[in-house]
Amino acid sequence: MQPIVIIGSGLAGFNTVKEFRKLDKETPIVVITSDDGRNYSKPMLSAGFTKEKTADDLCMATPEKVAEQFNVEVRTDVHVAEIDPSGKRVLLPDDHLDYSKLVLALGADTWTPPLEGDAVGDVFSVNDLMDYGKFRTALKGAKKVTILGGGLIGCEFANDLSNGGYEVTLVEPQGRCLPLLLPEPASAAVGRGLADLGVTFQFGPLAQAVNHGDNNQLVTELSDGTRIESDVVLSAIGLRPRIALAKEAGLAINRGIITDKTLQTSAEDIYALGDCAEVQGHVLPYVLPLMASARALAKTLAGETTAVSYGVMPVTIKTPACPVVVCPPADADNGEWEIQEDGNNVQALFRGKDGSLQGYALTGDAVKEKMKLNKELPPLMP
Amino acid sequence: MKKWECVVCGFIYDEAEGLPDEGIAPGTAWDDVPEDWVCPDCGVGKDDFEMVEI
Repeated sequence: MQPIVIIGSGLAGFNTVKEFRKLDKETPIVVITSDDGRNYSKPMLSAGFTKEKTADDLCMATPEKVAEQFNVEVRTDVHVAEIDPSGKRVLLPDDHLDYSKLVLALGADTWTPPLEGDAVGDVFSVNDLMDYGKFRTALKGAKKVTILGGGLIGCEFANDLSNGGYEVTLVEPQGRCLPLLLPEPASAAVGRGLADLGVTFQFGPLAQAVNHGDNNQLVTELSDGTRIESDVVLSAIGLRPRIALAKEAGLAINRGIITDKTLQTSAEDIYALGDCAEVQGHVLPYVLPLMASARALAKTLAGETTAVSYGVMPVTIKTPACPVVVCPPADADNGEWEIQEDGNNVQALFRGKDGSLQGYALTGDAVKEKMKLNKELPPLMP
Repeated sequence: MKKWECVVCGFIYDEAEGLPDEGIAPGTAWDDVPEDWVCPDCGVGKDDFEMVEI
């Protein structure tokens, strides 16, 4: 029997393995990964300085251990060259592998807008455990860090690096923290919480260039002429689902790799989940939907075709200086925010035109209302 | 009373507090949390939790 082949060893790939093995102990599985195959949790990469964890500390299992524990083969440092859906095989640099079913758990790439300057190559992004290891090495002896982007990852790193004793400057052109996720008063609360930790904000201008300056400093130049000196620059601007491999194989793609509710792509016996997937229009780079998907896909792979359903999908943002949990409304044009503020404790409820709760954003002590509010919300994808 | 941390997202289950909103009373020991319970923040199962000293 040809194996089930899974491309990717992040949370999506390994949790699919783990859930599948609860149902089927025998069917051969091969996991192919372009990185070192260590099992780690990506959300922990932006909490590592607070917890004083090195990359090795964050490794939950080596690929050998995963292979033994789940009776799978893990091939590390292998870049898949091509997928051949009609021949049901994946082409490797000097080999090929036939599959019975193929799972794309490819993840997402960090995205940084084009920057000028002679130090662009020194700008970090932290997208996996190997990046995290290099980033920690670069921070040894450093004092100042410039973060480009004030979204989820940027704000989490701002909080974490401040906890680690670094002086952080955060650049966010849209003028506030978490601009795509939060209404303005909740953004302001997060901004105050981070400012109290010592984070400096550059709200408004865009980063245009990163150059080498004096004394091994990097100089980030903004569109308004501001120059920020720091030891390290971290880009945390955005994530883009990895779709190239699927696109070249002729699979349907949009923002992500398009799947139906059973997570099947446009090609028979090829599935996708996690950060690379667009499930009935939803691109959700978070663990909660990923776990729901891994459980449903495990059943499908085991022979019982199962649709994934997404319940309420709140997003918790690890900014302990001002905790945040948000459940963005599905349709932000149809309704209004109702906001109650008490210092950094903000409860913002998004009500549709009929008065029903459609989303929320909670900061500070208001995050305690999460579970109660979840019960009032409609599921994201029933 | 102990605390248990989700190794995937960092959520803390505190036995002393329980999770009353999910029907888990304060004082519920980790062993008595249902086996099919999942992390409210990220959805992983009980086997992805570790006991922590805080």
